[in-house]
Amino acid sequence: MPVSKDDVKKVAQLARLDFAPEEEAQLIDDLNRMLEYVAALDQLDTTEVPPTAHVLPLENAFRDDVMGQSLDRSDALANAPLSGQGHFRVPRVIE
Amino acid sequence: MADDSVFSAQTARGLVHGIRRGAHTAREITEEILAHVQNTNPDINAFITIDEEGALTAADAVDQKAAEDQALGPLAGVPIALKDVLCTKGLRTTCASRILDNFIPPYDATVVTRLRQADAIILGKLNMDEFAMGSSSENSHFGAVKNPRDQTRVTGGSSGGSAAAVAAGQALMTLGSDTGGSVRLPASFCGVVGLKPTYGRVSRYGLIAYASSLDQIGPFARTVEDAATLLGVIAGHDPRDSTSAHVSVPDYLLACQRGVDGLTIGLPTEFFGEGLQSDVRDAVMQGVEILEKNGASIREVSLPTAGHPAFAIAAYYIIATAEASSNLSRYDGVKYGFRDEAESLIDMYVQTRSKGFGAEVKRRIMLGTYALSAGYYDAYYRKAQQVRTLIRRDFDRAFESCDLLASPVSPTPAFKLGEKLDDPLQMYLSDIYTVSVNLAGIPGISVPCGISAEGLPIGLQLLGNAFAEETILSAAAVVERELAL
Repeated sequence: MPVSKDDVKKVAQLARLDFAPEEEAQLIDDLNRMLEYVAALDQLDTTEVPPTAHVLPLENAFRDDVMGQSLDRSDALANAPLSGQGHFRVPRVIE
Repeated sequence: MADDSVFSAQTARGLVHGIRRGAHTAREITEEILAHVQNTNPDINAFITIDEEGALTAADAVDQKAAEDQALGPLAGVPIALKDVLCTKGLRTTCASRILDNFIPPYDATVVTRLRQADAIILGKLNMDEFAMGSSSENSHFGAVKNPRDQTRVTGGSSGGSAAAVAAGQALMTLGSDTGGSVRLPASFCGVVGLKPTYGRVSRYGLIAYASSLDQIGPFARTVEDAATLLGVIAGHDPRDSTSAHVSVPDYLLACQRGVDGLTIGLPTEFFGEGLQSDVRDAVMQGVEILEKNGASIREVSLPTAGHPAFAIAAYYIIATAEASSNLSRYDGVKYGFRDEAESLIDMYVQTRSKGFGAEVKRRIMLGTYALSAGYYDAYYRKAQQVRTLIRRDFDRAFESCDLLASPVSPTPAFKLGEKLDDPLQMYLSDIYTVSVNLAGIPGISVPCGISAEGLPIGLQLLGNAFAEETILSAAAVVERELAL
């Protein structure tokens, strides 16, 4: 099931990425080669095998709900490309 | 490149001792090594950011403590540098990416806090593959890192700057991160010691995430003993990282003296198969023979899934890229980093990300997004996680009869700059002996075990069961002592 140009466009949209036509051609080629490679996994029978998401036998790590120190608002905003009035600023979303 | 640093023969312990008895000051050491960094960095390109002011301030604080006879930390005055994936308060942290080119973290990573508490001197931030994605340290917004042993060759990746800085005497020790081999591979290519601890051994608070179920921070050093010292400082539970383990931290330095008498060491047949260069095999077997001579018994073991190159690499690249596609969604031009202005919010996201990320990062985000997208999740992501279970079972079985496993780190020594840049799949295959270790979460080290026909360093990989770093260090120390490379 090779990756098509339409697939790449759809996935790029999901990933919020945009590619020039020549990049797109290269990407289709790269993705197809990788998917062909990973198809090797189909040789393994995993019917009864549970998936491993995480290697440690960890349960939820709870802590007491107490107030601690947090970042100053000015520190949190210091790296923002655009901010104002104590907020991050972005292009207008609602007309 | 010859290492003309005055610290070439010094261990961290020797350095701290010298400060205590007044043989040298932290400022003298720091000034000398900063000058060496300035002289050598144009060639090696290991540093992205050099923090002279911060380093000298920290050095003066250590000297003042010494003058006042206050207790000194275990790394007092020791010059250390950090892979630029670790957040440092007030000091630019780029991940070698255009998208974080101007990012100044408002907090320290936990490992950085612990280094400061141990009185270490932080010299600056080290070059790497962008977002730790790569096996050669060529995918950097700041240019490729060059191997100090042969500047026409790569350092390995992704923590290439961390390995090169130690090899070139630009720092006594460094920290890197290892998601699929990113500490062990460059350690092997540059001829230094590099340790990837057990998943959960070291807090990742403040480590910029690549693949969260695999990432782990690890030390680089000239000697096994120094790597052990550094691990002892950074290891342990941290309430700020819910995946850090509640396991006590042993005396790793003591473990270096333990020897290997009575240990059983397994050689995974699959890691000595087709594609392994003969001089690499010879050097690795030389290391294994040393362990045997010192009382270890050697046996062959099999890792049918974990050792199968296609299975391990395939499962790794699906899981790592899927997790990366999610982790890297945070770079949107809103809260920090680079932004490309556009009329609409969505266009701003798309242009920021398309211009801010390099080609390999975008390739991995695309593969990961594809593997997680509707209709493909079961076929790719779930399948890879099931294979991950089989890989873990392979190691579990091996450690029923063995204390350690020994193998090469990579099939070849350092390759030429540019050699694999146009072929992502060939590049990924540099990691065939390392990725399954991350999938299983176990610890591993690369310790120098020989020199190739072309005069390049070769590393021996030693793997232990979860939280068996002491056993790994004890064996690595034996190899190091006997070979005296």
